[in-house]
Amino acid sequence: MNFLSYNAQWVLLSTLLLGMAAGVVGVLSYWKRQSLMSDTLSHAALPGVVLGFIAVGTKQLPAMLIGAAISALIGAWLVQWIRSSSRVKEDAAMGIVLSVFFGLGIMLLTYANRMPGGGQSGLDNFIFGQAASMVRSDVMLLTILAISVIVLVYLFFKEWKLALFDPSYAQGLGLSVKSMNILYTSLLVLVIVIGIQAVGVILIAALIIIPAVSARYWTDSFGRMLVLSAIFGGGAGVCGTLLSTLGKGWPTGPFIVVAAAAMFVISLLLGTSKGLLVILYQRKRAQLKRQNTILAEQAVEGGRG
Amino acid sequence: MSYTAWILLTASLVGVSCGLVGVLLILRRMAMMADAISHTVLLGIVVAYLVTLQLSGIHMFIGAVVAGLLTAVLVQWFHQLGVQQEASIGIVFTTLFAIGVILIATKAGNAHLDVQHSLMGEITFIPWNKVLLPLVGEVPKAIISLVIVLIVILTVLLLFYKEWKLTSFDAVFAASIGIPVTLMHYVFMSLVSITSVAAFDAVGAILVIAMLITPASAAYLWTDKLSIMLVLSSIFGIISAFSGYYMAVLLDTSISGAMALATGIIFLISFIGAPRHGVIAKHRRGHAKSTATIN
Repeated sequence: MNFLSYNAQWVLLSTLLLGMAAGVVGVLSYWKRQSLMSDTLSHAALPGVVLGFIAVGTKQLPAMLIGAAISALIGAWLVQWIRSSSRVKEDAAMGIVLSVFFGLGIMLLTYANRMPGGGQSGLDNFIFGQAASMVRSDVMLLTILAISVIVLVYLFFKEWKLALFDPSYAQGLGLSVKSMNILYTSLLVLVIVIGIQAVGVILIAALIIIPAVSARYWTDSFGRMLVLSAIFGGGAGVCGTLLSTLGKGWPTGPFIVVAAAAMFVISLLLGTSKGLLVILYQRKRAQLKRQNTILAEQAVEGGRG
Repeated sequence: MSYTAWILLTASLVGVSCGLVGVLLILRRMAMMADAISHTVLLGIVVAYLVTLQLSGIHMFIGAVVAGLLTAVLVQWFHQLGVQQEASIGIVFTTLFAIGVILIATKAGNAHLDVQHSLMGEITFIPWNKVLLPLVGEVPKAIISLVIVLIVILTVLLLFYKEWKLTSFDAVFAASIGIPVTLMHYVFMSLVSITSVAAFDAVGAILVIAMLITPASAAYLWTDKLSIMLVLSSIFGIISAFSGYYMAVLLDTSISGAMALATGIIFLISFIGAPRHGVIAKHRRGHAKSTATIN
């Protein structure tokens, strides 16, 4: 086992930061009620990843990330266009973009795997994620990108709060909701792009959705939710990566998702804000109270009689 | 029948089954549930394989229906507990799918199941796996299960045609006149599951979504009538199957990927050119309206 080797430490750091970045952007998606958009855009990124590889000819992460970002943005724009100018609903538009882009990606992947050097390039790792396949320069790049996502969410904290919870007031203050939307979509695409190598295109959505929902069970405050979601996301990233190093060739993505899901179940049960046990306890107490008042009333009535 | 003919027949059967189920998915606004179920069916298949150690038809179907219903029930349950519908779908299917992938990678791998196959399908292998049927002769196993699924879909659809129509267009009214809306929801989720598992072998988990949602959405742009929508959607499914296959042969690439792309092209044509609901028609109408107001 070599998960504490120098390289592995860097990989762990990058999945930690990736999880945190996904966690904070996930909170924005949660309040925009766009959880499944991340799923659509991550699938839509696949053709771009492969085209980036085909264009450069070897596995160069920057080219593939730029390709991924462009095709995910085209996907986002198509969903928006289909939704706004036809009677096809948003969920169907997302399903269409997701599956058709993924199909195109698979076609290109089949082609790229036949290219000289394509078969050994580990392109398939982009589907389920293989954190261990990252080299030092990849890790550096991803770490810097993840930190900038977190910083951007933090810097515009007030603006996000306004744009998400009171868009009309925000507009009145001169805050452009449109440019906030553009910033949001860019951040979402950026997180997906960063996560593709470690978690893979299919499951990166989970890392965006699950920590935010889990955080919701502990707090009602937007700020605290951001912090908690970052902790959950980062924790899931680290736990999943460690788990996947226990076996040879195990994919990282699914383990990260299962770690996140475990946190969700714990939050669902124990969460202090909306957790099941808290609700049960409150219901019990309310019931007891009601019974007591009924008893008291009966006692009073009995006294009268 | 020749090798190519078997493949085209398989793909067309997938196209018709998915096309029919897809129309109801679109009308009930449950496209993302199809996305979810087509993923979680994988877990059902893997668990069925680990329990029985064989990949035969009936076990896989039972596993898939259980997984599909489990998905529907969990999504509903989390939603009732206060999780947004979308987020609830996202949590349930990614988690169940991840468990499926982990089971393949750690336990069932290198057997007949592998991750690649489950995502993209192996339509090229289908004609090799034949069984002898009385009267008909040798038929690929996948075709038999696809035909059975198609018969089930058609039976359920036609027997309760009015109920489907009512529950899809106006669920509240349907409930008020005593149609068991919840029961029909779960019957429908089972239909989606068996369709996904039958199509799974041929086109894989993700591309099932393309076949389910895209032809039906295209048909939705051409007509308002349920019956015509069902027919059109099936025809679009078959056209995608044929054009996808020949495109893949021409470019020497993944057949299932090319079929998904073909559904996308059909949708794009409908999106731009469909009468009344297409972009051009809408643009013209907008134009006519603005000139009319000027005059």
